[in-house]
Amino acid sequence: MPIRFDHVSYEYPSEDSPVLAVKDVSLDIEDGSFVCICGENGSGKSTLAKLINGLLQPTKGEVTVDGATTSTEEESELFAIRQKVGMVFQNPDNQMIASIIEDEIAFGPENLGVPREEIEERITYALEAVGMSEHRHHTPYKLSGGQKQRIAIASVLAMRPEVLVLDESTAMLDPKGRKEVLKVAHELNNQHITIILITHFMEEAAQADRVIVMNRGEIVMDDVPQKIFSDREKLERYDLELPVVDEIASELIEAGIPIPSQIYGESELAEAIWRSK
Amino acid sequence: MAIEIKDLSYTYSPRTPYAATALRNVDFTIEEGVFLGIIGKTGSGKSTFIQHLNALIKLQSGSIKVMDIDLTAKKPDLKRLRGTVGMVMQYPEYQLFDETVEKDVAFGPKNLSLSEEEIKGRVREAITLVGLDFNEVRDRSPFELSGGQKRRVAIAGVIAMRPKILILDEPTAGLDPQGKKEILSLIRRLKETTSPTVIIISHDMDAVAEECDQVALFSEGKLAAFASPEEIFYNDELLAETEMDVPSVVKIAKELKKRGANIEGRPVKKAELIERIKRWRDE
Amino acid sequence: MNNIVFGQYYPTGSVVHRMDPRIKLLMVILYIVSVFFIQDYVMYGALFLFVIAVALFSKVPIRILFRTVRTIIFLVLVTSVINLFFTQGETLLVHWKFIKIYKEGIERAIKLTLRLILLMLFPSLLTLTTTPMELTDAMESLMSPLKLIKVPVHAIALIMSIALRMIPILMEETNKIMLAQKARGADFDTGGAIKKAKAMIPVLVPLFVGAFRRADELALAMDARCYSSVAKRTKYKVLHIGVKDIVATLFCLAVFSLVFLNKYLWAFDEMILSIFK
Repeated sequence: MPIRFDHVSYEYPSEDSPVLAVKDVSLDIEDGSFVCICGENGSGKSTLAKLINGLLQPTKGEVTVDGATTSTEEESELFAIRQKVGMVFQNPDNQMIASIIEDEIAFGPENLGVPREEIEERITYALEAVGMSEHRHHTPYKLSGGQKQRIAIASVLAMRPEVLVLDESTAMLDPKGRKEVLKVAHELNNQHITIILITHFMEEAAQADRVIVMNRGEIVMDDVPQKIFSDREKLERYDLELPVVDEIASELIEAGIPIPSQIYGESELAEAIWRSK
Repeated sequence: MAIEIKDLSYTYSPRTPYAATALRNVDFTIEEGVFLGIIGKTGSGKSTFIQHLNALIKLQSGSIKVMDIDLTAKKPDLKRLRGTVGMVMQYPEYQLFDETVEKDVAFGPKNLSLSEEEIKGRVREAITLVGLDFNEVRDRSPFELSGGQKRRVAIAGVIAMRPKILILDEPTAGLDPQGKKEILSLIRRLKETTSPTVIIISHDMDAVAEECDQVALFSEGKLAAFASPEEIFYNDELLAETEMDVPSVVKIAKELKKRGANIEGRPVKKAELIERIKRWRDE
Repeated sequence: MNNIVFGQYYPTGSVVHRMDPRIKLLMVILYIVSVFFIQDYVMYGALFLFVIAVALFSKVPIRILFRTVRTIIFLVLVTSVINLFFTQGETLLVHWKFIKIYKEGIERAIKLTLRLILLMLFPSLLTLTTTPMELTDAMESLMSPLKLIKVPVHAIALIMSIALRMIPILMEETNKIMLAQKARGADFDTGGAIKKAKAMIPVLVPLFVGAFRRADELALAMDARCYSSVAKRTKYKVLHIGVKDIVATLFCLAVFSLVFLNKYLWAFDEMILSIFK
């Protein structure tokens, strides 16, 4: 179920000078892949995310999801797309409408007109998939940021999407919460749900199949994480930062230490440095 | 001696079924001129602790002395206290309220009852210190600025009060790498100019290791450790007990030492580690 | 037990707590109407006994129930005093200077006090045994016939649900903003009414701006989950009327009808007094 961007541009309406947030982007996203879209604030990555499911419609060009265009006035067509492409946003609190988690997860299926009994099953499935089953009857108020985002993911899963877009969903979380959300994302990807992760944390990109870097509305890099991470000069130009461990690796390589150029975790790097002597 | 904390304890909603003890017998002294990093899991009492330092939370048990202001007094001089201890909360950009940037930043100095002239001067100084163009932003509405600019305006609002002690709660929360770099560099700048004593709460161990001279580790309301970054991040038992993560630099160094590499000392900063790896290889 | 949003709800798991909230709501409405029709002292007593009986079934301690009366004690006193001194009648009991108290005045004051207290008690039982969410569900269900005249019943219920969800968040936000401004030297405690009101501007403005921002983000999240105010949607939570609800309804109707019988047909007071003659 491919997602295709065909020369897409988006201009934010503005009184004085309109801002071109996305400039002539063409892109294909394959089924089942784990794609990371990185860029600093203002690079256009969040705008791109909203173009995927029609929350924003291109001012030029076309976005198609499984052949269906997002540039439609028909609510039912847009909903068909949004059922297939689910989205979780940045602020854990500003996505929930109910005071009981069960009701929150039921919201999506209710909107789709799913019959009662099936909603029951979907809630069970969704909560299990994110590891929050015991909170079914609780209020979201006392949950941690990571738990809230997992509930947000569950709320989307209950609509049985094929693609999950995480629009900076880890930006407001502490390291523990970030780990929780990423773990769920990778587990879902193992179940063939396409994941599109929008983030500025490069360490999250390390485990993706494909990393797309955006700068000022354009795609400037598009490759496997390994290649992206090894081009330090470009990353610096685009104001992106490698995880500390990879920065250290990069500096050691520059100093002439013979370790392979790859993406590192801390113990792998230590191993490589040790071997290099 | 900038801040002296003795036997500080605090319970929220005491004597009700919702009572929750947030701090237990915290005891230590923060010296002037230090860059202190406060770390600990969410819920360990860090925020409760710093809110005591400028009396946002009223002292319940124990004593605190900030410079020469005694918080155990019947009516501590709150005005002077808040002019001495500047606090930037989490996501400070959400607290902007006035019509123009200049007016918003002037809020703090106004509350200190300074002269019009003095206020104008401080506002200009503060806005410039945070890296913004005074003439460009002064008459703009804070709400039309970008996220990063808003945060700087919020910080300017605090340093316009010229606090000798600057406390920042998760100053890099929600920022992209560039934004993070800029804020940390701003904080360093402020430490060298207006506020010699800086305290930050952070979950970013790498930043804490690079910037801080001292670290206070909170766990379940207690001060589990108060020492240099090196002493804390290399104390494996302590880290396991408090479930704390360590900076990447420390992880790498530990892994190297485990394999038998003779890495000198206990590096916590990136540059230190790289230097010592090179030296080890040259042996 | 994580459903408590307001302090009022007192969970005990009793049969009253488990009743269909629509029945409880309807019975409270009937009760309130009945209170205005009470004629004889006997009926006041009967209704009190009725309230106590329901309270016992609800396992809510009586002292908690009567605590709610404390909130209106001032109103009660003022009203009864006014009636005591200003009611004219036939039998003058006390005459001191310009103060005249008639027998009718005393009766009026007593009856009014009893009525106000009764008016407070049963609705309090409702909020003590029913969560705000249940009340919202009840109102949505009771309002559903209005759908026929195009009243957006679900939208209204959704607004109430979102409000319930947001209240604790907004309260926390207000506190955070107040702390931030206090840290900048704001003083919310000193000064007269006008000064204090002005002092709240640095709190109210960010709060409102924040609330609008939240609303925007929430609307986007709802769009992403296909919320439509017009399309057909299913409902997950269904309220069931069970045996306990029918029994309770019959019981209540029996008591309330006694009130009406008393007013229009039978004079219970005289009946009882005649037994003693």
